[in-house]
Amino acid sequence: MENPVEHSLAADGLAVGYDQREIIHDLSVRIPTGKITVIVGANACGKSTLLKTLARLLKPSRGSVLLDGKSIQQIPTREVATKLGLLPQSPTAPEGITVADLVGRGRYPRTRWIRQWSRSDDEAVAEAMTSTDVLSIADRPIDELSGGQRQRVWIAMALAQETDILLLDEPTTFLDLTHQFEVLDLLVDLNKSEDRTIVLVLHDLNQACRFGDHLIAMKDGAIVAEGNPSQVITEDVVQDVFGLAVKVVPDPVAGTPMVVPIGRHTSVQDTPTTNSPAAAALAASAAANGVCRPTDR
Amino acid sequence: MTAEAVHVIARARAVRKTRSLVVIAVLAVAVFATFCVSLSLGDFKIPVIDVVKTLFGGGDRATEFIVNRLRLPRALTGLLVGTALGLSGAIFQSIARNPLASPDIIGVTYGASAFAVFAIITLGLTGVAVSAFAIVGAVLTAFIMYVLAWRHGVSSYRLILIGIGIGAIATSITSYLLTKARVEIAQQALIWLTGSLNGRDWSNVRSLAVTFVVLLPVMAFLVRQLRILQLGDETAYGLGLRVEVSRLGLIVVAVLLAAVATAAAGPIGFVAFVAPPIARRLTRSPGPAMITSGLLGALVVGLSDLVAQHAFGETQLPVGVVTGVVGAPYLMFLLARANRVGSGG
Repeated sequence: MENPVEHSLAADGLAVGYDQREIIHDLSVRIPTGKITVIVGANACGKSTLLKTLARLLKPSRGSVLLDGKSIQQIPTREVATKLGLLPQSPTAPEGITVADLVGRGRYPRTRWIRQWSRSDDEAVAEAMTSTDVLSIADRPIDELSGGQRQRVWIAMALAQETDILLLDEPTTFLDLTHQFEVLDLLVDLNKSEDRTIVLVLHDLNQACRFGDHLIAMKDGAIVAEGNPSQVITEDVVQDVFGLAVKVVPDPVAGTPMVVPIGRHTSVQDTPTTNSPAAAALAASAAANGVCRPTDR
Repeated sequence: MTAEAVHVIARARAVRKTRSLVVIAVLAVAVFATFCVSLSLGDFKIPVIDVVKTLFGGGDRATEFIVNRLRLPRALTGLLVGTALGLSGAIFQSIARNPLASPDIIGVTYGASAFAVFAIITLGLTGVAVSAFAIVGAVLTAFIMYVLAWRHGVSSYRLILIGIGIGAIATSITSYLLTKARVEIAQQALIWLTGSLNGRDWSNVRSLAVTFVVLLPVMAFLVRQLRILQLGDETAYGLGLRVEVSRLGLIVVAVLLAAVATAAAGPIGFVAFVAPPIARRLTRSPGPAMITSGLLGALVVGLSDLVAQHAFGETQLPVGVVTGVVGAPYLMFLLARANRVGSGG
C-alpha cells in the first residue's frame, strides 16, 4: 500500500431512492475498518441500494456518506477512486479484452493524461493479478474464462486501484458452489494480508455468517440488526427480515450460526443435538476449542 | 510479487501495442497507395510513380496541374471524409458498447440529410449553404436524441432506440420533401443523398482540415476516458470517471466529425458502421481502436470511390452506392449473428 492511512466509511441519516420511490429513509451506519462486513436481507430490501450509495453511484436525497469523515459527494470522484474500489453486480467487458488489459484499466484513477503508464503501474497490476491468481491467464480473453476466473479478474481490476476499501455487490451470484467459496476465500485472503476493509452484499446467510466479521441485516430500507454473526443471525431476526421460519444451529465445520429453513411441508423434528450423540459431540468440541471462525482474524 | 510477474504484464502490454502498430503501418501504406492510384486514374492517365513525384514537389507542369489542381481536392476530401466517419463510428460504437450504434444507423446523418434536402429543395440553395444546413441538422438531431434519452443519465440502449426512431422521422421528412419537388431539383437532391465526391474542391478540404485540427487534440484527450466508459457505467464511476461529462464530450466530438463529413460529401452510408469493427478485428483490440478505424474509413472510401469512378466504364457512380453494396450485407450478417448469440445487437 502506498499510504498507511486507514480509511473510514460511514453513512449518516441517508435517504436514497430512484425517481419518486424512496428506498432507504433514514439510515446511519459505520463500517468497521479492516473487517469484512456483509449486508444481508430479502430481495428489494435496499441492500444493493445501500452499497451503491456507499460507492457514490447513487446520490442520497438526504444525509451523506462519509469517507474519512468528509462527505463523499464533495471529494473529487477520482480521489475517491484511490481510496474505495467497487465491483458492480454484473460488470460488462468489451468483447475480446484480455485479462491483463482489463486489470490494467483499474489503474485509471492513478494515471494522468500527462503522467502516462509507468513501471509502478505494471507492478501494481502484477501484484493484483498475483494475489488473485490470474497471472497465468494474463493473455487470455475474458470471454473464454469460467465464471469463477472471470470474477477473480474483476476483483484484480478493483485491486489494481490500490484502495483500502473494497465494495462488492453480490460477487457470488451466477457462480457454482466451488467458485463461490473460491471467491469468498480470496476476499478473506485480501482482508487478512492488507487489512483491507471489505463490504459485500450476499444472499446466502450461511456464507455471510462464515465469512463476515460484521453483519448488517436490512429490511424495508432500514437496518434491523447489526453486529457479529451470532448476534445478528437468530431465529427471530431471520423470521423478521425474511419472513421465514428457521432453525439456527451451529455450523458443524466453523461453529458459526447456520440457518436451516423449516418451510411449510416439514414439521420441526427435535433438534439433532439432543438425540444424535455424534452431532452433540461435534458441537461440544467446537465450543470447547473455541472454533468459531475458520481462522482467527 | 516477483520481477517475473512484472515482466509478464509488461510483455502482454508490448504484444498488444506491437500488433496495433503493425496494423496501423500496413493500413497507412494501403491508404497512401489507394490515394496515389486514384490520383493517377482519369481521362488522362498518369503513371503512379509520377504521381508520387508530383506530390513531393517533383513532377512536370502538366502533371502538376492535373494532379494537384484537378484531382487532389477530390482525393483529399475522400480521405478526410473517410477518416472522420471511421473515427465517429468508433466513438459511437464504443460509447454504446454496440456495433449498431454508428452515426449512419442512429439518426445523426439522417437528420443532416433532411436539413440538406430542405435547403436544396425548399430554399433552392447550393454548395456551402447546403453543407451548413447539413451540419446544423446533424447537431440538432443529436441534441434532441440526447435530451430524449436522458433519464438520470443516458443509457446506451435508449440512445440507440431513440436514435433509430428519430432517423425514421428524418427519413420520412426527406421523402416528403422529395415527392413535393420538381424532378430536376429532386434529382440534384438525390445525388447529394447518395453521397458523392464529384466536383469537390479546396473549400471542402479546408473545412474538413480545420475540423480535424480542432477536434483531434480533444479526441486524443477523451480516448483514455472512452476506454474506461467501455467497462460499463457503474465500473466507470467506481474508477473515478465523471461518466456523464465524458460521454457528452465524446458524443459532441463524434457528432461533429460525422456532421462535417456528411456536409462535405453527403451521407456516404455504412463507412462509419463497417470501419470500426474491422479495425477491432484486425488489431484484436477491445478498445475503440481509433487510429485504425480512421485509416480503415479512409481506405473504404478511397477504394469505393475508385470502384465507383472507374469500374463501370463510362458510367460514374456516386461513392455511396458502392459503400452501400459493401455495408448492407455486413449489417444483415451482424443482425443475424446478434440474434443467434442472443445479444440482440
